[in-house]
Amino acid sequence: MELIVKNLSKRFGEKLILDRLSLSIESGEFISLVGSSGSGKSTILRLIAGLEHPSSGIISVDGTPVSGPGPDRGMVFQKYSLYPWLNAAANVAFGMRLQRMKPTEIRERTAYFLEVVGLSEAGNKLPRELSGGMQQRVAIARALATNPSILLLDEPFGALDLQIRESMQDFLHKLWQRTGLTVLLITHDVEEALVLAQRVHVLAPNPGRIVRSLEVDLNKSDLDQLRLSSNFLALRRSLSRTMRELEPSLC
Amino acid sequence: MTVTAAPASEGKSSGLLSLLTLGVMPSRTVRCGLQVASLLVPLLLWTALASLGLVDEKFLPSPKSVFLSLASMAESGILFQDIVASTGRVFGGFLLATLLAVPIGICMGVYPAICALCEPLIAMLRYMPAAAFIPLLIIYLGIGEEPKIALIFLGTIYFNILMVMDAVKFVPKELIETTLTLGGRSLQVLVQVVARYSLPSIIDTLRINIATSWNLVVVAELVAAEVGLGKRIQLAQRFFRTDQIFAELIVLGLIGFAIDMGFRLLLRFSCKWAV
Repeated sequence: MELIVKNLSKRFGEKLILDRLSLSIESGEFISLVGSSGSGKSTILRLIAGLEHPSSGIISVDGTPVSGPGPDRGMVFQKYSLYPWLNAAANVAFGMRLQRMKPTEIRERTAYFLEVVGLSEAGNKLPRELSGGMQQRVAIARALATNPSILLLDEPFGALDLQIRESMQDFLHKLWQRTGLTVLLITHDVEEALVLAQRVHVLAPNPGRIVRSLEVDLNKSDLDQLRLSSNFLALRRSLSRTMRELEPSLC
Repeated sequence: MTVTAAPASEGKSSGLLSLLTLGVMPSRTVRCGLQVASLLVPLLLWTALASLGLVDEKFLPSPKSVFLSLASMAESGILFQDIVASTGRVFGGFLLATLLAVPIGICMGVYPAICALCEPLIAMLRYMPAAAFIPLLIIYLGIGEEPKIALIFLGTIYFNILMVMDAVKFVPKELIETTLTLGGRSLQVLVQVVARYSLPSIIDTLRINIATSWNLVVVAELVAAEVGLGKRIQLAQRFFRTDQIFAELIVLGLIGFAIDMGFRLLLRFSCKWAV
């Protein structure tokens, strides 16, 4: 799998949202885009998902241009991500049903992906009976169940408490290591990007463009250690400074 | 270790007024009591007023005479006949209006283009009183069942459409987009996500709007009918049988109440996730 974004621009009416943005993702990579509001970071994800059409530029997956949404690019939103009338297992199965997979296969894959996200016991619970973190894990399982070549995450933990957010980051990191997924994560949280991604792109707002790209070459065997290590903190400070400089007069 | 019980009621000073504290839920017993009182108090007032003889029996029949005339109508089979005739018209017209309104409302809620195309027309039609169509309906359809069903259809479809459309606008965009990224096609999104998500609101819309069709069925029967609850009221007026009119009114109210409860139960059983 290879995702290529080349000279991507997007306008809404007169306003330029994204200005000639380019990036590429190889199979199995974990990439993060960090930016404040107005940097068009969600728009990038929506363009890649095929939910919006670019004003100019190219998006292609394995050489095929993106022309609309499809299950090869799984997406997880920050909120309202689950079908509230379906239990967790039926939520996971939903995409597979849409694609008319065989019932036995759906059942097996549902059980497998619920197990992958650690929710085997919660299969028959309704979304409202699950915590916010569990809901997002179900949403991730659902996106994975249709076998996408890339997982697009739009601030998936943005609505969660800080404590839960860190454990969800640990969860996502382990999931990525275990499955060899290709992931594109959008976040405004510098720490989250550094903990999870191999490469971080910083977006500047108005119009959205990449102003800095950074390889995260850190030992990620223990994320709790990592969060406190001096290398990590130095990177974090440096990225935060970049972000602050992009906000001319916030205070 | 001792646990002191919390005081049973916070507002000792004014027990009744404390029921109106914002955000406070009275206990189940209190609520049930109030619900019973809601029906019982008017009934007692009516009984008292009638038995004191302050109002002429011709104008305000006593509960007893109303009950007796209800019983005699039930015995003769008239009541059953009337109920079947009126509810049949209501359900016929309302069902047609629903079958058309739900898909149209959903499409208007989802597709701005269809909304722009239909909304001005519907907004105008909605303000034409359905009852004003009666003469036209009689010219077109005669005086059988058709104009009555058509009247109920006309009187409810526009409200159904607009309220379904509004309900659909509350479907989170994320849910629709998630479905698209899972490989859902337009029809799958409309049926399996949009309609399903709005189902509780749609059932509620129908519950509210079917009341209008009860109004209209009586109006239709006043104009031209052989049987029906509205027809019976008109006949009773001719013979100054206020007891019968009261009886019919109560029957109308009870059936309406039963239909309301039916919709509530339907909501509870079909949409456990939303109640």
